[in-house]
Amino acid sequence: MAEFKTNPEIVQPENVVYKRTELLTPKDLSYCPGCGHGTAHRIIMEVIEEMGIQSETIAVAPVGCSVLAYEFMNVDIQQASHGRAPAVATAIKRLFPDKFVFTYQGDGDLAAIGTAETIHACNRGENITIFFINNGIYGMTGGQMAPTTLPGMKSSTSPYGRDVATMGNPLKMTELVATLPGTLYVTRQAVHTPSAVRKAKRAVRKAFENQKLNKGLSFVEIVSNCNSGWKMTPLQSNEWMVDNMFPFYPIGDIKVNDDK
Amino acid sequence: MKELRLMKGNEAFAEACIRAGADGYFGYPITPQSEVMEYLMAQKTHERTGMVTLQAESEIAAINMVYGGAGCGKRVLTSSSSPGISLKQEGISYIAGAELPCLILNVVRGGPGLGTIQPSQSDYFQSTKGGGHGDYKLIVLAPASVQEMADFAGLGFELAFKYRNPVLILSDGAIGQMMEKVLLDVQKPRFTMEEIRKNTPWATIGKTPDRDHNIITSLDLESIKMEQHNHELQKKYRAIEENEVRYEKFSCEDAEYAFVAYGTSARICQKSIELARAEGIKVGLLRPITLFPFPKKAIKEMTSKVKGILCVEMSAGQMIEDVQLAVEGRVKVEHFGRYGGIVHSPSEIVEALKKQIIGG
Ligand SMILES: Cc1ncc(C[n+]2csc(CCOP(=O)(O)OP(=O)(O)O)c2C)c(N)n1
Ligand code: SF4
Ligand SMILES: [Mg+2]
Repeated sequence: MAEFKTNPEIVQPENVVYKRTELLTPKDLSYCPGCGHGTAHRIIMEVIEEMGIQSETIAVAPVGCSVLAYEFMNVDIQQASHGRAPAVATAIKRLFPDKFVFTYQGDGDLAAIGTAETIHACNRGENITIFFINNGIYGMTGGQMAPTTLPGMKSSTSPYGRDVATMGNPLKMTELVATLPGTLYVTRQAVHTPSAVRKAKRAVRKAFENQKLNKGLSFVEIVSNCNSGWKMTPLQSNEWMVDNMFPFYPIGDIKVNDDK
Repeated sequence: MKELRLMKGNEAFAEACIRAGADGYFGYPITPQSEVMEYLMAQKTHERTGMVTLQAESEIAAINMVYGGAGCGKRVLTSSSSPGISLKQEGISYIAGAELPCLILNVVRGGPGLGTIQPSQSDYFQSTKGGGHGDYKLIVLAPASVQEMADFAGLGFELAFKYRNPVLILSDGAIGQMMEKVLLDVQKPRFTMEEIRKNTPWATIGKTPDRDHNIITSLDLESIKMEQHNHELQKKYRAIEENEVRYEKFSCEDAEYAFVAYGTSARICQKSIELARAEGIKVGLLRPITLFPFPKKAIKEMTSKVKGILCVEMSAGQMIEDVQLAVEGRVKVEHFGRYGGIVHSPSEIVEALKKQIIGG
């Protein structure tokens, strides 16, 4: 039988196998327990720590549940108005071409109100990274329909399910930006299992490494859950995500640069 | 050495921005101010001084680019005309809330709606009373010549950084489009990294081990903190009112009547003064140069000398409300406006003076 270590033993430096990255502030995350935002924050910050680029990084937070990302991400960070993060990031990167600049945005922020800013930053080939947290809903404002809400999916503004005849079809923003010559790397990931987290983290790393190439924008979608908005337990929401979101938003690379 | 040139107002402004050490311009075309970006592009600012000039996808994107650049402690600006400035209002409110320095030029055209491309002064309320949401103030400079279009670029950046506040230059289609001679300042260097670090320690330029991470935001979910933030903003606006009032007087020494007018209207009033004085009417002019802070005291003081004040505006009557507040009913205050893109003639202003103030 394996020998279990006691709590005081576990925290001894020689026994530590994993610890919270210093690039997350010690503040308690404001996200609902089980929400994917926290894991997405963590892997981005871990990559920045591993690359040793904290002092070279400038982030842009959105309006959405992750508006408070600036409380948790221990890098210099600006909070943009709803949807405009890619415009904010564009200016930062143009003024500091050697810095690593990224935005972190939800689906309402990026694919509804900020559609123009997203498409044009991608089309100009801004040398930044966009992280797109797609949970198919407006989490922050209490679960309204998002542009990414699935057909038939219930939300507070589609209480009988999304009727595509009157409410339109879900917008596949990631496939859309992949068609633009300005994007260098476009991928869709998830963070619901340890193996998905590992893959997503590799994508995050590649997206940051790409900024050294100066060849265009890297776009990383993370399909995520919103257990509160979907009115499910965290576990149910992850299962529902696998069964319903993944068929519509298939996980994997959509456009890959082979420079690295 | 300073340089004398013959230029359009819009071009003089653009050239002066380069010379003031601007780091970035972000804009979207709209008449009558498109020459600003056209001039900057033609100048290849990136080669000339390292200044970034970028045509954005919309005025909304442009003002948010300004937010991003300003949050990094850079000298950044945008320019537009009335409908475009309306689109920028949410962004301007964020910039004011986050206390970022920047320069915004509005070359005003007639409205409402798409209105006309001809000059107007109908954005006074929007510029001086808020414009966007929330309790905030812009510092508002009103140029009346091509020379001031140039001078207010440097002055605007100076005030913006002194108070960490957006500065709006409220011009109009006439001043933007007309050509006059202009004396241009010598080239100022752009900020160095060391200067940014020292002068704007709040700027997001990469967290170093010697300090906490910098955050640019206008948000605080705790109302008590938000109220405190608003108190601080109001304190700043009072300090601006205390220190930064600028105005100019013409022929006021012996004046029995006065015009109050800014920008193009003030230029026309100077001609009206000549005409009126030739007829023996002693009239002077007070020209506010800052619209916020408004020269309330100077206008109030004038009421001990003049019998009546005519506000001349290319609007249906906006600045007159501030004049009335300053005058507090001591003397008669009337408004004479042409609008929708029409510019007053000097003689019709004299007629209005006779009819509304002297005879009335
Ligand atoms: C101009 C403007 N319009 C609307 C809002 C209200 N609002 C705040 S967050 C949000 C939706 C955010 O949804 P999403 O981007 O999907 O982020 P999530 O909370 O799901 O992570 C909306 C509509 C706002 N703050 N500003
Ligand atoms: S509302 Fe949804 S997206 Fe927001 S924190 Fe909760 S679970 Fe996450
Ligand atoms: Mg969402």
